[in-house]
Amino acid sequence: MDDLEIIAEKIVNQAKPGEQIEAFVAWDEETSIRVYNAAIENLSKSQSSGVGIRVINNHRQGFAWAGTLDPAAIDFALSEARDNASFATEDEYLGLGSPDNFSPKNLDLWRDELASHPTEEKVTLALDLEARVKNLDKRIKSVESANYGDVSSIAAVLTNTGMHANYRQTFSFIAAHAIAVDNDETQTGGGYSVGRTLSELDPDKAASDASMRATRLLGASKPASAKMTVLFDPQVTTTLLAIIAGILSGEMVLKGRSLFAGRMDEQVASGVISLVDDPTNPSAFGASIYDAEGYPSRSTSLITNGVLQGFLYDTYSARRAGVSTTASAVRGGFSSTPGVGARALFLSPGLKNQPELITSIDNGVLVQSISGVHSGVNPISGDFSVGAEGLLIRSGSLGRPVKEFTIASSLQRILQEVVAVGNDVDWIPSIAAGVSLVVEGISVSGT
Amino acid sequence: MISPEVIHKVLASAVSRGGEFAEIFIEDKQSSSASFDDGKVEELSSGISKGAGIRVVVGDTTGFAHTADLSEPGLLAAAEAARSVALSADSNARPIVLDSAVSYRLPDEILIPSSIGKREKIELLEHMNQVARSSSGSIKQVSAGFGDSYRKILVANTDGIFATDEQVRTRISVSVVAFGDTGMQTGYETAAFTMGYEMFNEIDIEELAKLASERAVRKLSARPAPSGTLPVVLKGGSGGILFHEACGHGLEADHIIKDSSVYKGKIGELVASPLITLVDDGTVGKQWGSAQIDDEGKPSQRNVLIKDGVLTDYMWDGLRARKSNRSSSGNGRRQSYQHLPMVRMTNTYLLEGDEKPETIIENTKHGVYVARLGGGQVNTATGDFVFGMTEAYLIENGEITEPLRDANLIGNGPEVLKNIDAVADDFSITPGTCGKDGQSVPVGCGQATVRITGVTIGGTANG
Repeated sequence: MDDLEIIAEKIVNQAKPGEQIEAFVAWDEETSIRVYNAAIENLSKSQSSGVGIRVINNHRQGFAWAGTLDPAAIDFALSEARDNASFATEDEYLGLGSPDNFSPKNLDLWRDELASHPTEEKVTLALDLEARVKNLDKRIKSVESANYGDVSSIAAVLTNTGMHANYRQTFSFIAAHAIAVDNDETQTGGGYSVGRTLSELDPDKAASDASMRATRLLGASKPASAKMTVLFDPQVTTTLLAIIAGILSGEMVLKGRSLFAGRMDEQVASGVISLVDDPTNPSAFGASIYDAEGYPSRSTSLITNGVLQGFLYDTYSARRAGVSTTASAVRGGFSSTPGVGARALFLSPGLKNQPELITSIDNGVLVQSISGVHSGVNPISGDFSVGAEGLLIRSGSLGRPVKEFTIASSLQRILQEVVAVGNDVDWIPSIAAGVSLVVEGISVSGT
Repeated sequence: MISPEVIHKVLASAVSRGGEFAEIFIEDKQSSSASFDDGKVEELSSGISKGAGIRVVVGDTTGFAHTADLSEPGLLAAAEAARSVALSADSNARPIVLDSAVSYRLPDEILIPSSIGKREKIELLEHMNQVARSSSGSIKQVSAGFGDSYRKILVANTDGIFATDEQVRTRISVSVVAFGDTGMQTGYETAAFTMGYEMFNEIDIEELAKLASERAVRKLSARPAPSGTLPVVLKGGSGGILFHEACGHGLEADHIIKDSSVYKGKIGELVASPLITLVDDGTVGKQWGSAQIDDEGKPSQRNVLIKDGVLTDYMWDGLRARKSNRSSSGNGRRQSYQHLPMVRMTNTYLLEGDEKPETIIENTKHGVYVARLGGGQVNTATGDFVFGMTEAYLIENGEITEPLRDANLIGNGPEVLKNIDAVADDFSITPGTCGKDGQSVPVGCGQATVRITGVTIGGTANG
């Protein structure tokens, strides 16, 4: 057992008769480097750790956390969690989980190699990225930020009901944000590459994406308002799927906040949509051997050929809904309790790449980025309205760049009006994979 | 928290390999929250976090490290990590003189969170749940949340600053779901202040619950928002998000220094309608973005950014001020000891004008009245920004008529600021959370009712 498990075990061993205790103990080490104008702007290297304790007593739950592994702070958290439980409402479905018969898949999410790279090498990677972006196009006036970052994290979850899981993963990325200027006009664009260690990063792709995305918007103006076909770039699809994840939460269904409540086995999306959540896919950023409550991860079919097949559940929501957990407990860190969430949504790809999809669109717009998702998308009502920028599509070809417009529809309609999914799956660092998506009947508001 | 001798030693170590500036920021924060959802007290949570962030500035480079180990060896280890960016071994050790401590204490009237029983806090939530549900039969779900924090900070740096402050913040919110023939709709209200539990002597939680419910119920009969450009009247209060996004972020000195703001080089120029005087003010009352000092130890101040439409100044933190040879404007803030400070807004607001809000509406023939905004986002380099309406109505022939479904509005900062043709006298401030570069800080946004002559509304109905 490693140190974190020993700490967790000490906590759960303090359970009194009739009391259930879960200890989540986490440690991570992060490096973060930002360069600007061929010099380091900031460099940070730090470790942090903490513990989150859940206590359930007489079907009442309490929680407390501490941002340290200091024994006195842990004692404080345990006594606060106990005290907090005494104020909660009794709920017969509350209770920690116990092991089921799924076996954990052996996923390789940790690279020993990451620790072997000196900080200087990481700095060089960021400096090199900035230089690459600047050299790609003379209209790139500056790179607002070029970053390198990595994190190695270890965690353990133990309960006195038999759950016992540990997690270990590394993650590394580079990202650049380019500023293109032409005739007094400024446009920006970003590019990045992610992996589990330095050798998995692709600086060429990060640099060319940043340059291409900024420069191709030069000359952009507002499009005329109209209903048209929209082609979402993979990154935009990722954002859309991350919102849809909320509708597919079993907890939201139970609490009357899901558009899909009561629609099992119905056609909720176009026939080209087949969606699974599969955190056992090691390519996914959200892959993990166990969920946040310690259940072995598994793949869950959510929508098949447009038909709603299932929802995501953690221990509590599964028990309340009378189904089995889908091992979909997620947590934001040691300072929050687990809740239901997707980790690796994956849309079954189609046959065409993005250029081929473009040739099939007569009048539309390629949306390369969206803004205002928090303020403009309501996953409960389904209202969808976001800022967008991209390129017009005319008679099967990319046309002039457009910006400062919105695209609007509803989540329900968007799902029904998907006419094609691309084959360009991109494992973006999010809870969903990106892929090009063609959606009809979207209101574009510009001039 | 930590003795001045140890602080001195840590700062000396931080600059021992060179560097013109070093700082230690110590934070000790206790927070608690309670949530009521689905008819139940769902969760009470308590947390503690304590640690130090140390930074060393060498030329254009900042080295940073943080630690939860506040022992002398722990702090010295963090200082060593932070100074790793300083490559020269020569110590140009200049003496560090820490000013006699400037300590800010909590005002006497503050009721600190731990002095109030948990039961009492839960009762507030239960009450809001009850009020929200009983206000309409269409309300099918209610969640309510309470949160408070008690944060003690110490900032010391090689420029001699040695300051401590205590900050207490309290917030409450309610979120409802209404159900009808047209599906589900939501309503949300919140109150948040840099105050303790005495905040509940000043706010009306029943009112919050009713407002949230009414908003959701009204939207059940809402029609889709128009698609296209129309005049927009923004009600006083949450409309301050417009200014936060349209120019606030663009006036942060870090964006200016990096050429990533449309407002660069515009000091002294007319950047907005002459009706616009915009202020960022960390000292205003007990608003959500207020504090006695910023997270670099600089006392908060009131900064006029735009006066009668003319750009007068940007917002500055210590690092950017140093580069530009001026003093900080008290806008150096950070989410926690684990983060580097950067230029952030506090409470950003538009000074009120002298028109009556009713007159502005009456004088608008056809447009949209936005009673509540939900949030927004801006690209400071291009000035393009969005902000979302969560309660809005059509204006037809000078009268507020039908409710509209939620949508975003999109515009370009400098253009929208010039297109404001009316400012009323009904000023108020609303709390919000501002995200930048992965860090969240509490802010206030304020304005009186204003009219924009034309802005693009991102709905689905033909305008």
